[in-house]
Amino acid sequence: MSTEEKQHTAAPTHEDGEWVNPGLPPHRPRRADNDPKADKRAERQTAALFGLSIVGTVASLAVYFTLDPTEEIANIRTTNILLGISICFAMLGIGLGAIHWARTLMRDHEMVEERHALRTSDENRAVAVQYLKDGAEDSGLTTSRRTLLKGSLITAVAIAPLAVLVPQIGNMGRNWNVAEFRHTMWKAGTRLARDPDGTPIKAADVTIGSVFHVIPEGLNELEHGKLEEKAKAVVLLIRMDPSQLNVVEGRESWSFDGIVAYSKICTHVGCPVALYEQQTHHLLCPCHQSTFDVANGAKVIFGPAKRPLPQLPIAVDDEGYIIAQSDFLEPVGPSYWDRLKHGSGASSPEPTPTTGEVTS
Amino acid sequence: MNALASRRYHKSAPVILVLLLLGLLTGIGFAASGAPAQASTASADDVAEGQKLFAANCASCHGLDAQGTDGVAPSLVGVGAAAVDFQVGTGRMPMQQSGPQVQEKKPQFNDKQISQLAAFVASLGEGPSVPTAEMVDPALGDPAVGMQIFRTNCAMCHGSIGGGGALTQGKFAPNLWSTSNTHIYEAMLVGPQSMPVFNDANITPENKRNIIAYLDFQQQGSPGGLKLGSIGPVAEGFWGWLVLLGLIIASTVYVGARAS
Repeated sequence: MSTEEKQHTAAPTHEDGEWVNPGLPPHRPRRADNDPKADKRAERQTAALFGLSIVGTVASLAVYFTLDPTEEIANIRTTNILLGISICFAMLGIGLGAIHWARTLMRDHEMVEERHALRTSDENRAVAVQYLKDGAEDSGLTTSRRTLLKGSLITAVAIAPLAVLVPQIGNMGRNWNVAEFRHTMWKAGTRLARDPDGTPIKAADVTIGSVFHVIPEGLNELEHGKLEEKAKAVVLLIRMDPSQLNVVEGRESWSFDGIVAYSKICTHVGCPVALYEQQTHHLLCPCHQSTFDVANGAKVIFGPAKRPLPQLPIAVDDEGYIIAQSDFLEPVGPSYWDRLKHGSGASSPEPTPTTGEVTS
Repeated sequence: MNALASRRYHKSAPVILVLLLLGLLTGIGFAASGAPAQASTASADDVAEGQKLFAANCASCHGLDAQGTDGVAPSLVGVGAAAVDFQVGTGRMPMQQSGPQVQEKKPQFNDKQISQLAAFVASLGEGPSVPTAEMVDPALGDPAVGMQIFRTNCAMCHGSIGGGGALTQGKFAPNLWSTSNTHIYEAMLVGPQSMPVFNDANITPENKRNIIAYLDFQQQGSPGGLKLGSIGPVAEGFWGWLVLLGLIIASTVYVGARAS
């Protein structure tokens, strides 16, 4: 049979551009309908599937009563897997058995249920429209009657969402003093301390190639808002060979002998950026692969972040500990609506423009 | 009393004394060598042997004086025995081929040769030495403290339970489950390849051991089912969307198909 002929018999045919209903395919009896052996076989298969379910149930009970998951982690895992597999078969056996029964043994009559037209009849449509019109008439919505009722209804409907929305939005921040976004715990003279134990760091401890995860000293002693402060103030302290560090113009005094400190909060959406590659000096954000070049003012070299990471100006105090010269001079973390608006209680000097330009 | 006193002057007494002393010293020596041999016992012979091995196997890149070659191989002066034990002991050095990252492979030298190479490199300049067995014994560490330190300093690259993860441009942080405790310790000390250095001032030796205890604790297995590499949502999403959704689609096709 050629392909052309096949198409003619298989596809709904067109005659003079009109679509002809191909009708139903011929009824084809199943093997079990005519062959008693096949019928018996299908019966046995179905019974075997139900039997599988019974085995699964018994096995799950056996696992539950014999295995003790409390001793070791490995035992928990074994118990979980065995329980899961046996319960899986207990359920799956019933389902597969029922389907196999229906497919092979139950009556096999094709039934036709015609679809009705999607469009409602014109009479019904006219009646529905009339109902709406009558309702509007009754309520006086289209006339000037019952203005008090209408006014109160509209007000009630309009303000009802506030009962849900206000607590939702109110609980998001509780504190709507946006100016706080511009400041962190860092102040002039705050020592840089190790995360999580809070011990201060000496400049001599930071050998070349080292990375310290830093919190402000005193953070652990805060009684309120410790996590909120930590979320803004975390810093990554890195030392590289001073010959490999290209200091950003205007920030010559912000680093110390190859030691630089950058905010750990990504300027994209605020994930902690901490995947530092010692040899390339690249800092990778695990969330969206923004990559910052620490050797060049942490400028963005890949990914969706739009700004360099804010740099924390550091110095060394009399005892050799690393201290902050001031707070960050720009807000840390992702953008928000009036990020670059200054004033309103900001005591720090004007932020330096962070174009990522470097002196080489 | 007299008998004892007279025997003190027995003619073989000096010989017996010397033998006793030797036995005592040997005992002490064996007791001390429970720690890795190269920790303190690098002899001049080891250094000389190590230099020969170095000249034959490493000098083509690192230079005969181990000063390194610009753009090819770093100087090894001052990297210490720990760096050599890590790089050669995990098979990363000698390097097989250049690429984004030097890969782990079967070590090319035996333990004795590695310790000789380490002794030679350690003789070039002061650097971190190989930790003793006690310093890396997970039984002596506290996994709970180790978890805190690991989460802060290591988990962003190596994953929360040490499963490893991707870095940029083909580089990756390897998983830590098959790495020996000594090599984990050395990696923190020396910061191989992309990894930063975590010196003893940053993570104290005690906390390094706590980290090892935490990683050792992960060997007990996961309480859940398949770990899928413990690399996070990508593997889990792949499994869920392709394998499990595929099974669901296949079963709907089976349910809807006509029986033969």
